[in-house]
Amino acid sequence: MKLNFLFPLACSLICLFGFSQCTGNTPAATTSAETAAADGGQSSVQDNDSQKDLVKVAVGSKDHTTLVTAVKAAELVDVLSNAGPFTVFAPTNAAFDQLPAGTVEGLLKPDKKDALADILQYHVAVAVYKPEMFTDGQIISMANGGSVTMGVKDGKITVNGANVVATVQASNGIIHVIDNVLLPK
Amino acid sequence: MKRTYLFLIITAAVAIPALLLSPGCKPSNPVSAVEGDAASKVYVAPGKFDEFYNIVSGGFNGQVSVYGLPSGRLFRIIPVFSVNPESGYGFSEETKPMLNTSHGYVPWDDSHHIGLSTTNGEHDGRWAFVNGNNTPRIARIGLGTFRTEEIIEIPNSSGNHSSPFLTENSEYAVAGTRFSYPLDNQESNPDVAINTYKQNFKGTVSFIGINPETGRMNLSFQILLPGVNFDLARCGRGPSHDWFFFSCYNTEQANTLLEVNASQKDKDFVMAVNWKKCEEYAKAGKGKVSKVRYAHNVYDEKTHSATSTIETETIVLDPKELKDIVYFMPCPKSPHGCDVDPTGEYICGSGKLAAVIPVFSFSKIQKAIADKSFEAEFDGIPVLKYDAVLHGEVKKPGLGPLHTEFDGKGFAYTSFFVSSEIVKWNIEKLEVVDRVPTYYSIGHLCIPGGPTRKPHGKYVIAYNKITKDRYLPTGPELTQSAQLYDISGDKMKLLLDFPTTGEPHYAEAIPASLIQPKSVKFFKIEENNHPYVAKGEKEAKVFREGNKVHVLMTSIRSHFTPDNIEGVKLGDEVYFHVTNLEQDWDVPHGFAVKGANNAEILIMPGETCTLKWVPDRVGVYPIYCTDFCSALHQEMQGYVRVSPRGSNVPLSFSTGNKAEPTGTSK
Repeated sequence: MKLNFLFPLACSLICLFGFSQCTGNTPAATTSAETAAADGGQSSVQDNDSQKDLVKVAVGSKDHTTLVTAVKAAELVDVLSNAGPFTVFAPTNAAFDQLPAGTVEGLLKPDKKDALADILQYHVAVAVYKPEMFTDGQIISMANGGSVTMGVKDGKITVNGANVVATVQASNGIIHVIDNVLLPK
Repeated sequence: MKRTYLFLIITAAVAIPALLLSPGCKPSNPVSAVEGDAASKVYVAPGKFDEFYNIVSGGFNGQVSVYGLPSGRLFRIIPVFSVNPESGYGFSEETKPMLNTSHGYVPWDDSHHIGLSTTNGEHDGRWAFVNGNNTPRIARIGLGTFRTEEIIEIPNSSGNHSSPFLTENSEYAVAGTRFSYPLDNQESNPDVAINTYKQNFKGTVSFIGINPETGRMNLSFQILLPGVNFDLARCGRGPSHDWFFFSCYNTEQANTLLEVNASQKDKDFVMAVNWKKCEEYAKAGKGKVSKVRYAHNVYDEKTHSATSTIETETIVLDPKELKDIVYFMPCPKSPHGCDVDPTGEYICGSGKLAAVIPVFSFSKIQKAIADKSFEAEFDGIPVLKYDAVLHGEVKKPGLGPLHTEFDGKGFAYTSFFVSSEIVKWNIEKLEVVDRVPTYYSIGHLCIPGGPTRKPHGKYVIAYNKITKDRYLPTGPELTQSAQLYDISGDKMKLLLDFPTTGEPHYAEAIPASLIQPKSVKFFKIEENNHPYVAKGEKEAKVFREGNKVHVLMTSIRSHFTPDNIEGVKLGDEVYFHVTNLEQDWDVPHGFAVKGANNAEILIMPGETCTLKWVPDRVGVYPIYCTDFCSALHQEMQGYVRVSPRGSNVPLSFSTGNKAEPTGTSK
């Protein structure tokens, strides 16, 4: 697997089994008594101690700003902060750039929210698929109701033809970074 | 209200037993007792936090429960002296040693009083201590994990009631025996006739040292005392820092029908102990080493396991020889509560059967001791003259005074069981300034910080003993009822009823800000030193040692590794050592296996817990996660195959490492 990937994601991967980032006993940033827990969904839980969830990992990646913007526009931030377990195929900014000009901007418009959500949910499976669990020709059901076909050839993994270029573990699932956006068939 | 009260006095005076039995005697109409804005004062909106933690003893459930104030919402029940199948406490291999005693495994106790740790007499939010009343023990709970970290048994004690109250810097927790008895010093003969109480029965109070860094307890010294019942206790504060005060009843030394026989004398005692002097004498070797047996159980947060050690010695100080460590002060009629005000000058005794509340003055006590103002000796211990140590009496405050808390503004709040009320009085002037009914028959009461130098005030909570018609009925057994009153003004105002679990005795309340920031979210997997930890799925394995099969299993959303195990044979003992690999707040995994004769285990993130299982028949047994951990929680399961004795099925284990194609093409 080509590890031309990002520093924050690599950090998160290392952090999974240890090193100093995950601190159990140090006081977390907390609100004072009588003040509110956030009124938002699970994504707004104040927790700087736990291993990062999918959304926090993606937010920490400079290469996934488009994906993060889209996830926010489709109001899927809380969903992907849920307990999971998820497998997310995460297209890079470059992958989005390969779409026809104006496609992303169009999908980000409020009236296209459902279409955007459908596309993003096509990148999410409920279950953790580790790289070694994929087989050539394997069909995986996605959250939008569709399915993708995995390819495994010469140690390289593809999903609907897009290359998996890196894999990152998050607290509530796993991220496979891909170089093309998956479009529901 | 006043008329009602007079009526009650008359009723009680004529027929206290009848009052206790009659549900009809209500102090006032409960509906009119609540004002219109009460709801808004206790309403904590969804997502908002309570202002105080209320740490409440569980009484006969042997646990400690944690509520929020002012909402009265229950947050947690912490298993302490009793097993808890919910978490596996007392059932898992790691926690069984916590319940070991010199009598063996004792999976229940009766938890009575909370003592929160203090520094300079003020709450520091580090530990909560609680006593086990039946098989005498003190437990320490860490307020970072809200878990029981240590339990120490108290030798030479029977019924550890006046406990675990702490000195001002948490130097010591105390333990006074409720039942005097022939002590368990192994060099004496405890096989004596019960009616030889006066000759052979003795009491002790124990001082359990607390390590200022770790909180670890050790039995520092005990004081040998005449056979009476020790009931409650409080440390001195400020000027009285070096002293501790204990209430004593049954100075009649009755061994039967105490209901009548322990109420003969006009006065029993409040006992003043100079613990600083005791400490000096103990260190100087002036105590006698006595042979005893007691268990000391410690839970290690890194190995996630408890160990139990049997200790065999205690140092006993004898006040007949060490003349300046213990003094008795006469106190009317079987005192129960013995409470010290925030200034440390006033000590309030609450005689259960007394018509007054005597308030002792610490400075007068010191003068009386200096002047040798003694009226008698009781079993070789000087009894100070009542008038010489008395600040004054609150006259006719109510019926059946039990306990007193303080608001830090010069007022005391005393609970009255018989007249079912809280009475507020001015400590200096000894005048009653307000009273409110409780529903019904209040026992302990709690003001946040009430037993410290700086009470936080704001509320008083009544822990009532009788519930009857306060909630929808649930048959003969009803939940206990607590009540919250606003004490911010001159008059107490009832705000809220809330049900409590077990039977709360004492409770403390502490500002959330002292605990909330320190709350632990998970245990670091890299610091897990459990001998059977698997720190990743690659470390999961199954191996055999004779007839013991050890399964080093991991759990992470949403599978166990391994989840298929074969080669277990009838006659094997299987130990499932399950490590939760999650490093995420509030993601425990559970583990249960069909037919296990114990409980589930609930494993916190980063922790390892062990469930022992002895299969009783051949077959394939399911295992599964019991805590709804994720969307595929219901898929978090597996199988263990148990073959006959002598079977040649090899020991093997696996978790599917190739996903089968699933789903259909759209």
